[in-house]
This record gives sequence, structure tokens and C-alpha cells, in this order.
Amino acid sequence: MNAPLLSCQVSELEHSALPEFAAACAQRLDAGERLLTLFGRRDENDSGAIVVTAVFQPAGGSLTVLRASALAGEHYPALTASHPSAQIYERELWEQTGLTPDGHPWLKPVRFEGERQQRMADYPFFQVRGQEVHEVGVGPIHAGVIEPGHFRFMCLGEKVHHLEIQLGYQHRGAEALLLRRPPLTLAASVESVCGDSAVAYAWGYCSAVEALSDTAITFETEVLRGIALEMERIAMHLATLNGLATDIAFVQGTGTYGRLRTAMINASQRVCGNRFGRGWLRPGRARGITEALRQDLIKTLAATATDVAGINDLMRAALSVKARFNGTGVVSRKTAQDLGLTGLVARASNVAVDARGLLPGRLYAQRPIDSLTEATGDCWARMVLRMREIDVSIAWLLAILSEGWRPDAMASCCTTSCRTRRSPTGSDWRWRCATTRSQISRSATRASTSPTAATTSNAQPLQIHLGAQSPGLAVHSRSGCGDPGRLSR
Amino acid sequence: MNLTLSLTHWLLVLTMPVALVGVINRTKSWWVGRKGPRLMQSAYDLVRLLGKRPVLSHTASPLFRAGAYVVLVCGVLAASMSPILGRYAPLQFDHDFIVVAYTLGFARIALMLCAMDVGSSFEGMGAAREASFSAYAEPALFLLIGSACAATGMTSFAALIGALHDTPHYALIVAPLTVALLILLQAEAARVPVDDPLTHLELTMIHEVMILDHSGPELAAMQFSAALKMSLYAGLIAALINPFSPTDDPLACALASLGLMLAVALVVGCIESLSARLPMRWVTRYLSIASAAALFAMVVIGLGGSGL
Repeated sequence: MNAPLLSCQVSELEHSALPEFAAACAQRLDAGERLLTLFGRRDENDSGAIVVTAVFQPAGGSLTVLRASALAGEHYPALTASHPSAQIYERELWEQTGLTPDGHPWLKPVRFEGERQQRMADYPFFQVRGQEVHEVGVGPIHAGVIEPGHFRFMCLGEKVHHLEIQLGYQHRGAEALLLRRPPLTLAASVESVCGDSAVAYAWGYCSAVEALSDTAITFETEVLRGIALEMERIAMHLATLNGLATDIAFVQGTGTYGRLRTAMINASQRVCGNRFGRGWLRPGRARGITEALRQDLIKTLAATATDVAGINDLMRAALSVKARFNGTGVVSRKTAQDLGLTGLVARASNVAVDARGLLPGRLYAQRPIDSLTEATGDCWARMVLRMREIDVSIAWLLAILSEGWRPDAMASCCTTSCRTRRSPTGSDWRWRCATTRSQISRSATRASTSPTAATTSNAQPLQIHLGAQSPGLAVHSRSGCGDPGRLSR
Repeated sequence: MNLTLSLTHWLLVLTMPVALVGVINRTKSWWVGRKGPRLMQSAYDLVRLLGKRPVLSHTASPLFRAGAYVVLVCGVLAASMSPILGRYAPLQFDHDFIVVAYTLGFARIALMLCAMDVGSSFEGMGAAREASFSAYAEPALFLLIGSACAATGMTSFAALIGALHDTPHYALIVAPLTVALLILLQAEAARVPVDDPLTHLELTMIHEVMILDHSGPELAAMQFSAALKMSLYAGLIAALINPFSPTDDPLACALASLGLMLAVALVVGCIESLSARLPMRWVTRYLSIASAAALFAMVVIGLGGSGL
């Protein structure tokens, strides 16, 4: 059984008043704990009240939850003023529930839900005044594969003094959509929340549902999930390296990384039928790997390792690449910590945030993977870190695929998945879940939408489940948002 | 005789833009391990664009449409005075090199006006960069022509490039002048490492952003003029190296010129494949290499003239 990272009865959680809640949050932030999430929802039992939840991760400890009950329209002292990492959560809280953080320096809408969607054009952009300052707006439709977002640059000559990104164009109401459907049918929706983290999201969702329904999964299933996740990581790192090379017109990098990424995602298609790993993970199971596929994966990974080493050497040795990336887009360690950056961007700034190490779960506890960091925090560090993480992931995968191989266990896993694929509603496992469905529906969807989230209803158990690499903690982004160095367009 | 030369000249001027772009793209594809587009792909693209109806911005004035054709005509006019084959150009007169330089300058002004006409902030930035980088490129061009002038004592562009082969310092100055011309080509034709013809990053584009609002036949005119400008510089490099004289040995001269221009495209393609684009603030330094090389040639000629 893959135990949830935090499991408790919501009714046992103490609800404090909003100002005390804010003070307690500030205290934890002062102590150096990481704020994983902060959100508010209407109380189902009391229409006027709003339940606010915050989840913290202390260094080396397990997760803790703070809760508050607030009245609509209430004010509280903003956390952002002293702890910028809370800024986006407080903005969302304000936008969705009307609770106002007093003293928030950047109180602007984030998602533009409902009626607000019509007023996206009124977004109050920060302005730099001056006769020679010019304002350049890019997007929300972009020329590349960048996700929708409006970028507003304040330039003085060639120098960009300020960049503000307005998001929310892609707000599809995914959370609301998930709540409308039975919890066991959500895999496809969860996988499409973020295209480059389909496996990571699916794992978070599966783990949440499994924990809520008390379903044990075999270690082999977890191994399969780990294979899917690391393959996704390799493919997306390759895609980003391809993007980095394209943006500086380094043709060899562009061609080779693009080709290698295709090889990786095609391998994923051979396993699960989808290039982005959709359908690989499902609650209670994972698509198995036959002996032929295993050989195929080993071959693909070995070939990728050789080619990646070659192109990495070329890219690292090219003086023109160094000239572009060294010292570009520096995010200092302090800034990364203040902003609460996560994933690769944080690690490139020497903040060792890696869910695989901090919250390993059963798989990564038994088969640990090196967590890497870079010291300089510039674009070069992010590039090199991606290269090193690819190497580590390939080595991990090759070790798992060749040494830790138990063909019988994998084979049985494979047949299960094949059988249940045809009749997704017919398995025993599903029936077991269905008996408790009414009880778990809300919590399952909540936990799966945002793996660090909790339930809104007091009577239901609160489950927080982080997959070994939670999407909430991982930033491997092609959208540009994850890599400040690439925003210098 | 002159008619044959003239026909050869125009044939090269009209076909080379397509061929050079094809060779550069093929070279880049080869380095990456791809098959690459057809050599004549840009010709197909031009034909396709000619068949399209242009889409015009609401804010565009008639200047916007006219500008593209001004750029094209200026390019062709400059081509008529450029000695691609060596000591020959269809149009020659005293000090015509100044006309060549400022015909191209006029084309640049038209291009920049078109870019600013639609009122987009990107295109304004592109125009600003074009203006500032060409300010760095111009001294290199005039130092280059000036040193050729000083070496040969000729006054027309074709004559001074052609006569350079017979000067005593030819062996010393041909290399720096070629380097200067190659860098000018990269700057003027918007190639890596100065600009990236394939970029999609609006905030760092130079040439591509200025033609962002053009479409249909106007875009074809702009693209052809850009490629034409590249052929002119490639042609000048070819003329500088070409050992044959167009009047004595026209066939060998034309073939050598053709081969040399394709070789220049090959070199440009290799540079683009092996190096990334320069940071914007380094471009001016890179362009000053061209000026320095041309200055070096001039100093060599000056010292040679004073008997050292």
C-alpha cells in the first residue's frame, strides 16, 4: 500500500478565525516551512462561511494542515507582504472567495472565472512611465508552442525593465469539471490538465483514489509508474533543450534534441498507445511492459543516452551558446526561496526541492534517484541541470529495466491491464471503490485536481497525496513560465 | 560581347537568390542530419506567395504596400551596378559605388518605414535595430570600397573591384576584404550570428519582424529582395576572388563566379550550423570586425603606396 503523505479526519481539524490563521501561517513561513498550497472554498454546510486551507511542508517533517473559517468579505493581513511565495495563492483566494488580504502588493486577478472572463482586457498592468519607454505586448497567441498568456514588456531601448505575464487564458474550469463526474472516470481529464506532465498528474490522481479507497497496489505497478514518469521527464527535458537551442539559433541542438524527444515519446506510445503517456496509469494499475517491450525500451534508452551525450558535449562546448546562457536570467538562491519556486528552476538555483527525495513514497525510497542541483541559477545552470537529470533518469531506468526485473509479476500486471482496458467498469477493484463512492467523491476529485489540496467538506476524510513527483511541485515547463531565462524574448 | 556578359549577369542576379538560400538551407540540414528542403524550395515559396491575396492591416497606409516594391526595385538597381562577374556591370559610371550604397540605404529606409507604418511595437523595435546595426555596417562598406579605390585608382565600382587583381597588394588584402564582405553579408542579409531568419521570438528579431505584416506578393518582394541583397554580397566576394576576367575569358569567369557564390553560401550555412546567434549587445562588436578588416586593407595599401 502506497501510504498517503497525510491522512486525517477533516472533522478533527481545528478551525481558527481568519486573522489567527494568517498569523499561524506567517509563523510557519517564518520558521522556513514551504507553503504547498493555500485555498478557500464555500462551506457546504453553511452557505455564508468560507473554509480556508493551507498545507505546509517543514524541512524533513511530514505535511501539516491549517484550517480557518471565515465570513464572506472578511479581511486579513496579507502574508505576501512578508512572504512573496504566498502571492499567487492569496490572489486566487481573493478572486474566488472575496477574502481580502490587506497589504497585498500585487492584488490582481489570476483566473478570470465566470463573468470576469469578459474583462480580461482590463487587467491592471504595471506601467513604467517615461518618454522613451515603450510597451511591447506579446500574445496571448504565440508563434511557438508556448501556452496562451499575455506578456507585457516595458522596454527602454534594448533593455527590458519589467515583464508582467497575464495568465488565465487557458482557464478551463478543470476542477469544476472533475467534480461533476464520478471519481473513477477522471483519469483522462486529469491527464489533460497539463500536456507535459500527463504522467505526473495521472500518478497523483491514481494515488489519491487508491488511498481514499484503501486499495493496495503492487510494487511492480509503482515501478511501471516510475518508468512512465522518468520517461516523461526525459522527453520533456529534451523538448526544453530543443526549445533553448531553437531560441538561440543553435541548429545542431535544435535538430538533434527534437529527434531524440520524438524517439522517447514514440517509445511511450509503444507501451501505452499514446506519445504523452496518457492511458499508461490508471487507479489500481499501470500498463504493463512485456519482455519484447522491455528490450525495446532498453535499446531506445541506450541509443538515446549515446546521442544525448554527443549533443550535450557539442552544446556545452560551443562558445556561442555559453555567451548566450552564462549569466542570463539569473535567479538567486534567495529569490528562488522567497518566491517559493519549485522543481527544476529551484534546483538550478541551488534549492534542493525534489519531491522524489523529500517525499519519496515507496518506489523512490527503495530505488532512490539522485537529486541534483546547480549553483549559479542562470540559464546555463538550467540547461546543464536538464542534461544531468536526463543522464540520471536514463541510468535509473536502465538499472530498473535490467536488474530489478521480475517477468512474472510484470506479466500478470500486463494481463490485468489488458483485461480491464476492455471493460473499464467491470473489475473487482472498481466495485470496491463504488461502495464507498458517495463518501469519497468530493475528496477524491479535490485531491486529484491539485495533489496538494484537501477536501472542503468537514465530514469527509482529508487525504493529501503526492505522487513521487507531484505536478504541484514539479516544474518542467515548455511554456516558458518555468524557466525565467527563456522569458527574455 | 557586352550583351552576352549582360545576359549572364542578369541570369546570375535572378537565379542566385533562390539558389543561395537553397544551398544554405541544405547545408544546415546536412549538419543536423536531415534531408532538407529542395534546392529550389524558395522559388516555389515565392510563386505560392505571388498567387495570394495580401492581407492588410487597418492602420496601414498606401506607403506600406508601395514600400515592398521600392525595396525590390532598389535591390535590382543596385544589382545592375554590382560587379558580380569582376570587371563588368551592366550599368557603370564614375563613383557609382556611392549610388549602390545609397540605393541599398534607400531600400532600407523604405523597409523601415513599412515596418513602422503599421504601428506595431515589435516592428518599431526591429526597425530601430536595423537602423543602428546598419550604421555599424556602413563604415565597413566604405572603408572597403575606399581601400579598393586607393589601391587601383579607378572610379567605378566594377573597374575598381576588377582591377584589384592586378595591384601589388592583392595577396595581402584579399583575405581581410573577404572577411569584411562576409560579415557585411551576414548583417545585411539577416543571417546568423547577427540575425536569425528562422526565429519566432518577436522581441529579438530584426529583419523577420519588419516584414511580419507583409503577405502575398509584397512578402514575396521582400523575401526576394533580402535574398538578392545576399547574392550581391556573395557576388562581390566571388568577384574579389575570381581569377578570370569577364572580357578575356567570359565562360570561365561566369562559371567561377557561380561556383564561388555557391561556396560562399556553403560557408554561410556552415557558420549558421556551428554557432548560435550572438547576444544583441555583441552584434556591434562583431560588425566592427568588418570595419577593422577593411581598415587593415586600407593601411596595407597606404603603407605600400608610401614605399614601405
